[in-house]
Amino acid sequence: MIRSVPRSRLFDCLYLAYLMAFFVYLALPLLVTAVFAFNDAPFPSLPWKGFTLDWYFADGSEGRTGLFHDDGLLTALWVSANIAFWVTLVSVALGCVNAVLFERVQFRGKEFLYLLMLLPLVIPGVILGVSILVFYSGMANDMSAAWGIELDLFRPGMTLVVMGQVTFIATLSTLVIAARLRKFDPQLEEAALNLGATPLVAWFTVTLPWLLPSIFGAAAMAFLMSFENFNTTVMLTGSDTPLTVALFNRLREGSTPVLNAVALLLMVGSALLALLVMGRSSR
Amino acid sequence: MRSSVSRLSLWLLLTPFLLWIVLLVLLPHLQMLRVSFQVRESWDTIAWGIEQYQNFFTESYYWRTFVRTGVMSLFTTFLTLIIAFPIAWYIARLARGRSKGILFLACLIPFWASELVRTYGWMILLRESGLFSSWIQALGWVDGPVEMLYNDVAVIIGLVYNGLLFMVVPLVTTLDGMDENLVEAGYDLGGGHGTVLREIVVPWAMPGIVSGCIVVFMLTLGSYLTPVLMGGKDSAWFTEQIFTQFITRFNWEQGAALGVLLLVLSSVIVWLGLKISGQSLRKVMG
Repeated sequence: MIRSVPRSRLFDCLYLAYLMAFFVYLALPLLVTAVFAFNDAPFPSLPWKGFTLDWYFADGSEGRTGLFHDDGLLTALWVSANIAFWVTLVSVALGCVNAVLFERVQFRGKEFLYLLMLLPLVIPGVILGVSILVFYSGMANDMSAAWGIELDLFRPGMTLVVMGQVTFIATLSTLVIAARLRKFDPQLEEAALNLGATPLVAWFTVTLPWLLPSIFGAAAMAFLMSFENFNTTVMLTGSDTPLTVALFNRLREGSTPVLNAVALLLMVGSALLALLVMGRSSR
Repeated sequence: MRSSVSRLSLWLLLTPFLLWIVLLVLLPHLQMLRVSFQVRESWDTIAWGIEQYQNFFTESYYWRTFVRTGVMSLFTTFLTLIIAFPIAWYIARLARGRSKGILFLACLIPFWASELVRTYGWMILLRESGLFSSWIQALGWVDGPVEMLYNDVAVIIGLVYNGLLFMVVPLVTTLDGMDENLVEAGYDLGGGHGTVLREIVVPWAMPGIVSGCIVVFMLTLGSYLTPVLMGGKDSAWFTEQIFTQFITRFNWEQGAALGVLLLVLSSVIVWLGLKISGQSLRKVMG
């Protein structure tokens, strides 16, 4: 079935219908979620009662609290942003160092370490969360019981969430940055060194600018992955719940259009971030 | 002098990597394995034993859910592959120019929203007061509201939806690099559609197929939100039980044992998949 092999009309029609159905399947849940963020009814379902912005802006005086007056959700949003910031920072930094390690340095046991680097991708997210909880939180418990030393850092909370997410996001950012470094011509760096640059200067003026698009790409991906992650996060979170966990708790109590409002905001946010990065890299 | 400098820089590069792998991956997993063999006799005495693993095999609820989760994950992965393959083929081989890029980007749509939002969207569509129910009532096909959520079909719809992106992207990437002359040669030598697909296209796309399947399988097996929110009372998922042991019952020893079992299951299936298809993890993931 390639372009140069003749196909029947019927087959073409069926194929196109299949494609259409597929893209409807992809878009429908998100479209529906977005549309019901503006329905003037207390429950996200038909019939359509008219357009409203209450689920964003209502201040609670008429029995409706919009997203921008909902302190619980806004706090959760802030917690998520904080976590995503640290995860992005650490993962991208690790990704850069790892990329150089695996692409530019020769050493014994490299093949084995590369497999170790890929390992977090084949461990389910829940297990990553559980193992970190057992190790660090267990250590905090033992320390407290044995010597009365309180390691609150290792109790469930933001630090553990960041650690859990970095575990697998660092692998992804390493892969993205390493793929770009592989295409780099080392002669450019050698030229800089011949012209009198120190290795550090050559790295910052020649290699790093070449890597920059992939660094931005990896950062955007890390931020989104962290923001959206649930499986690892839910095991490690403490009293300061990030957005996905807060939304999940709300959803269990019953759905309101405020959830749709948050969902739409998240979709727009990630779409903008994706477009920004793509715009940068295509230039 | 030169070698000691390069040795120093090697260690400088190696340190962050080792810290990450040892502190966040190896030690925590070893500790989880250790805890899973601990038996709590009273509040401060711990013995070694395999009680947690015995519980798993004697309580039929545990291993039934375990088997169910594994089988349903495999089925979901297979279904995702079947659904995604024609789409990837169209994008890689039949679409041209702008439409190719646009279609590819359209496949990334679900990635704009988190798993929670995607599941929520399906809940709005499928539940008793949902859109599908309203629509078929409006068409006059049924009299009362229809509940389409809270069953296994709903769970699979949601899981396939979550996995599609991770299947389409590697498939498009490998199919894009295929030489069309191979396919033409296949037809010229008298092969039918089935033969060409089986003998030429699938072997060529194997790295993409394996990589997509591994990722989708891992995601499905480890997913929590979709089965919990969309499944009924009979469609328990294994991650749910791990969660219950840790968060609700504070029974870390049992939870760790269940976690180890899930990890073993996923590793064995990924390893089998690589062996059967003759691929290596490095080629497929790196």
